[in-house]
Parts: sequence; structure tokens; C-alpha cells
Amino acid sequence: MQSERQKKTITSIILLVLGFVFLNALVAMRIIDEYTTQVLTIGAINVVVALGLNLISGFTGQLALGHAGFMAVGAYTTAALVMKLGVPIFPAIFGGGLISALFGLLIGLPTLRLRGDYLAIVTLGFGEIIRVIMINLTEITGGPAGLKGIPPFTTNFYWRPVVSFAIAYLFLVLVITLISNLLKSSPGRAIVSIREDEIAANAMGINVFYYKMFAFTLSAFIAGLGGGLYAPFFGYLSPNMFNFQKSVEFLIIVVLGGMGNLTGTVLAGFGLTYLQEFLRFLQDYRLVIYPLILIVLMLFQPSGLMGLFGNREFSLAGLAEQVNQLLFRKDPAEKAGEK
Amino acid sequence: MGVFQQILQQMINGLSLGSIYALLALGYTMVYGIVKLINFAHGDILMIGAFIGYFVLTKIGVTPGTLIIAFLISMPLCALLGVSMEKICYKPLRNAPRINALITAIGLSFFLENGARVLPAIGPNPRVFPTLPPVTHHLLGVGLSRVQIIIFAVAVGLMLILNYIINFTKIGKAMRAVSYDKGASYLMGINVDRVISFTFALGSALAAAAGILFASAYPQVEPYMGIMPGLKAFIAAVLGGIGSIPGAMLGGFILGVAETLAKGFLSSQMADAIAFGLLIIILVVKPAGILGKSIDEKV
Repeated sequence: MQSERQKKTITSIILLVLGFVFLNALVAMRIIDEYTTQVLTIGAINVVVALGLNLISGFTGQLALGHAGFMAVGAYTTAALVMKLGVPIFPAIFGGGLISALFGLLIGLPTLRLRGDYLAIVTLGFGEIIRVIMINLTEITGGPAGLKGIPPFTTNFYWRPVVSFAIAYLFLVLVITLISNLLKSSPGRAIVSIREDEIAANAMGINVFYYKMFAFTLSAFIAGLGGGLYAPFFGYLSPNMFNFQKSVEFLIIVVLGGMGNLTGTVLAGFGLTYLQEFLRFLQDYRLVIYPLILIVLMLFQPSGLMGLFGNREFSLAGLAEQVNQLLFRKDPAEKAGEK
Repeated sequence: MGVFQQILQQMINGLSLGSIYALLALGYTMVYGIVKLINFAHGDILMIGAFIGYFVLTKIGVTPGTLIIAFLISMPLCALLGVSMEKICYKPLRNAPRINALITAIGLSFFLENGARVLPAIGPNPRVFPTLPPVTHHLLGVGLSRVQIIIFAVAVGLMLILNYIINFTKIGKAMRAVSYDKGASYLMGINVDRVISFTFALGSALAAAAGILFASAYPQVEPYMGIMPGLKAFIAAVLGGIGSIPGAMLGGFILGVAETLAKGFLSSQMADAIAFGLLIIILVVKPAGILGKSIDEKV
């Protein structure tokens, strides 16, 4: 079995690298135009944060409503590290993630000890308060006017969209790999068991508080990474970018794709980001349609889009296997069918 | 003005703000006690209530008499809104995982806020709420405005009525029974659905009253005005012990006083942080709240 797994890993890596090279070549040759590249990059960042939210809300079953706040912490930390301390961009993004995780730890400690829905309200409050703090910490954040002049990934004008997209893609792959491997491991199973039944999980000897903390801190870390990507990509930050509405947008991505499904989050994340650009003319009405989507989904299709497909996960290795079978190794039953 | 008078002044301001929080917290705590749901949209009912009051008062002018009419129109309408929210959105989810109902509640809250924002009659811009001409009485060097007296009187009056309903009427007895054990009350022949609807109606009517009072105290109405009072009232409910009605009243007053003291002696921006600080402290020290009983979950 070990070799089977290795084979799968190698197939996935090869396909990922191929996809990476292919997409970036398209971007570099401007076959995918600059605007679409930008949308794709924003989509990838949104998906990163939404995956973090899915980890705590979808897989652990604890509703969190402040992921825009964690994103803000990550973004401002990254910007401050780069601008004030001259840290290179990659460690700075991870620094943003780490500080965000620290905030997650501090919020989780008092709230996750308890059963019930306190996390939702405390994270909601955190998201609002962090914004007020950002507005008042003019020293680091530039206050309400915002923070300008964050150095981009690269100064080369032609290569900038390519590099931004490549880095966002890289982080997206990293986060997906991290979460999907985590979910197949023993701590991952513990996390899912908490969602299914907290009391039963506790009775089975799972340290519920520890694993909730673990999932929440990791979720905050991932949201911080998303924020860290956001800062150099846009080059400008303002506290009002990270309001409650933003947190709800991530929640919609998670719910629409299907809570507890990574494939769904990725699809819904890119889909909604694209739609958002597409539906700009709707302006304020968008804000009415979004919550309606949430309510209707919860009432009629609580498992989201991927629930329609039996909540399965998409896997590159699985895809390769299927293509392989289709092309080369048709099994006897199918051959018989053809005649 | 001496330090004593200053403290006394802030206490009075705090009690008047606190009575608004208490009215709102009662809605949270009653709904939580019965269906175990944090009704995120509760703060937005405050907003709707305030807007109905605004429309009534701008139409017929402001006198103490029309103020009463505003209450009498706004409270039943919001009660109706609360009940329809429950019937349409929460009732189908009563047996679903709790996170689903919570997400629906968030969706509803967001829908009410942004729905109000795009309605041409309301719009995104804040409007001035019509108020009675300000009159301030002075006692012991402390100012007591007419609005504060009205807030306090209305809030205490409504709480007394609520207390009567819950403790001395049949439906109140049913409410207590359902919050104690839903399954058993169902078996005893209590119409649980009706009790839940009644609870939403009661809570929403109180929120509407709180909305008019809040808008009179800070004479401005806008679509997002309900978010912060809603959050703070929830904190007040947790502080007093969620599910406990006297707890919600006590929590509201404590939070109001704590907030005005923080505003008066520290800084006004700290006031919001104080409320959340209080929440964190209470969650660490006594999660069941001041008057709440901690009940172990049964399997």
C-alpha cells in the first residue's frame, strides 16, 4: 500500500507542477489577460482564507465570524514587517500568519473551553474591535486613510501579474495540501469527530478543547497567510477593507461550496470572486442577494454545491487514475459493453 | 462638579443606557432559553423598530402622546416580523445542526441591514430622529434629562409587564415549561410551536421599544444602528446568565453603567472594547453568568 500512496503523491505533484507551468505560461503570454489574472489571483487569496474558515466552521463545526479580522492582522503584520523592518516578502507573509495565529490562540483560550456558540459572537466582536484598533494605531497602519506604498512582489511591470499569480497559486496548493493531509491524519479525524458529536468524542477520550484550539489556531494562521498575500498584491490597505461584510463573504464561500468540503470551497471561491467582478453593476443589491443565498442554502441545500455530488472530494491522483483507465486499461466489463 | 457628582452623573447615564440594553437582552435570553439559538437578527429588529418610530413621528409630529402611538404601532409590527422570521427561517431548522440555524440567523441579520439600505424609503444615510424638546432637571448638581426619565420609565414599565406575563399567566407558565424541558412540555399537551412564536413576538416587541428609546437617546437612525447595541445586549445576556430573565435585566444595567463609566473616565473608543473585555472575563470566570445555573449537558 505504501507504494500505491507514493505513486499517488508523485502523480499529484507532477500534475500540479504541470498545471502551474501551464497556467503561468498562459498568463506570461497574456493569453489569460491581465484583468482575468488579477481576478484569478484575488480568487486564490479568497479561497485560502475560506479554506481556513472551512477548517474551523465546516470540519470542526464551530462557527467563526471574524476571519476578515484575522486577515487584517496578517495583512498589516506583513506590511509592517516588509516596510519597517525590511524583512523579505516570504518570511513576512509567514510572520503575518503567525501573529494572526497568536490572536486566534488568545481568542480561543477563553471561548473554546465552553460548549455552545460563544465563538461566533466573540469572533464577531474581535473582527469589529480589530478594525477600531487598526484605525487608531496610526503609527503602524496609517489610520483610517490607509497604508500606501506596500512594495509589490516584483517591481517589474510586465512580470508582476505572473509572479503574483504564481505566488498565490503556490500558497493555495500549500494550504490545500496541508488541510487535506491533516484531515486524513489522526488529529484530523479527531477534529471531524468533534463536529459530529462533541459529547461522544469526549467520551472516546478525545481532548475536545485541545483539538478545537488546534483547528481554530491553524484556521487563524491560514487566514493570516491570506492577509499576507493580500497586502503586497494590492499595495494598499485600509481598515475598512476588512469589515464584517468581508467575513460574511468568506462564510458564503464555505456554505455555498459545502461545509466540510475542500473542493466546494475552491470552486465556490473562484466562482464567487468572478461573479463579484461580473455583478459590479448590481452594487448594493449584491449585499441583499448574498444573505438570501445563505438563508436559502441553509433551508434547502445545507450541504452546499458539493452536497449534490455526494460530498466527494476532487483528487488529482484520482483523476489521473480515471483518465489512465479510460485511455489504456479498459477493463473487460467495459470492453464487453462496447461490443 | 465634584468627583462624586461626576460619578453620579455617569451612573444615571449608565442606568438609562443599561435599561435599553436590558430590554434587548431580554429578547436574546428568552429566545436562547427556549430554542437555544443566538438570534443574530435581534439587533436589527431594534433598527426596524426605530425606523417605524421615525416614520410615525415624522408623519404626526412629536408630543408625549404621539410617542406612545409610535410605540403602539412599532411594537406589534416588529412582533409580527419576529414571528414571521421564526416561522419562515428558524422553524424548518429546529432539528438541523445548530450551526445551520446560526448561519441562517447571520444571513437574516445581514439581509435586514442591507435590505433596509437599498430600500428607497430608508437608504444608507443616517437621518435625524425627531425628539421632544430637551428638558433637563437638576438634582444635587446632577443633570437628569427628560429623555432619560422616559427611557427609564418605559423600560421599567415593560419589564414589569413582562415579569407579570411570565410569572402569572398561562402562556408564561408554558414558556417556563418549554425552556425547562421542551420534550416533556410537548408530552404534557403544551403547544410548543405557539409558545416559541409567542416568545419571538415578545422579544421582538421589546426590541422595537428599545429601538425607539435608543433613537431618542442618540437621535439618529441608520440601517446599521442595530449591530453594536445587539452585540452588547447579547453580552449583557451572557453576563447575567443566558436563559435567565432577571439575569438579562441585571446584565443590561451592569453593562450600561460599565460602559458610561469607561466613556466618562477613560476614552469613548475604549467603551466598545470594555464590553468585549467583560464578555471574555465572564466566560473565563463564570461562564454560566451571574444569575445563571450551570447545567451539565445530558446525553
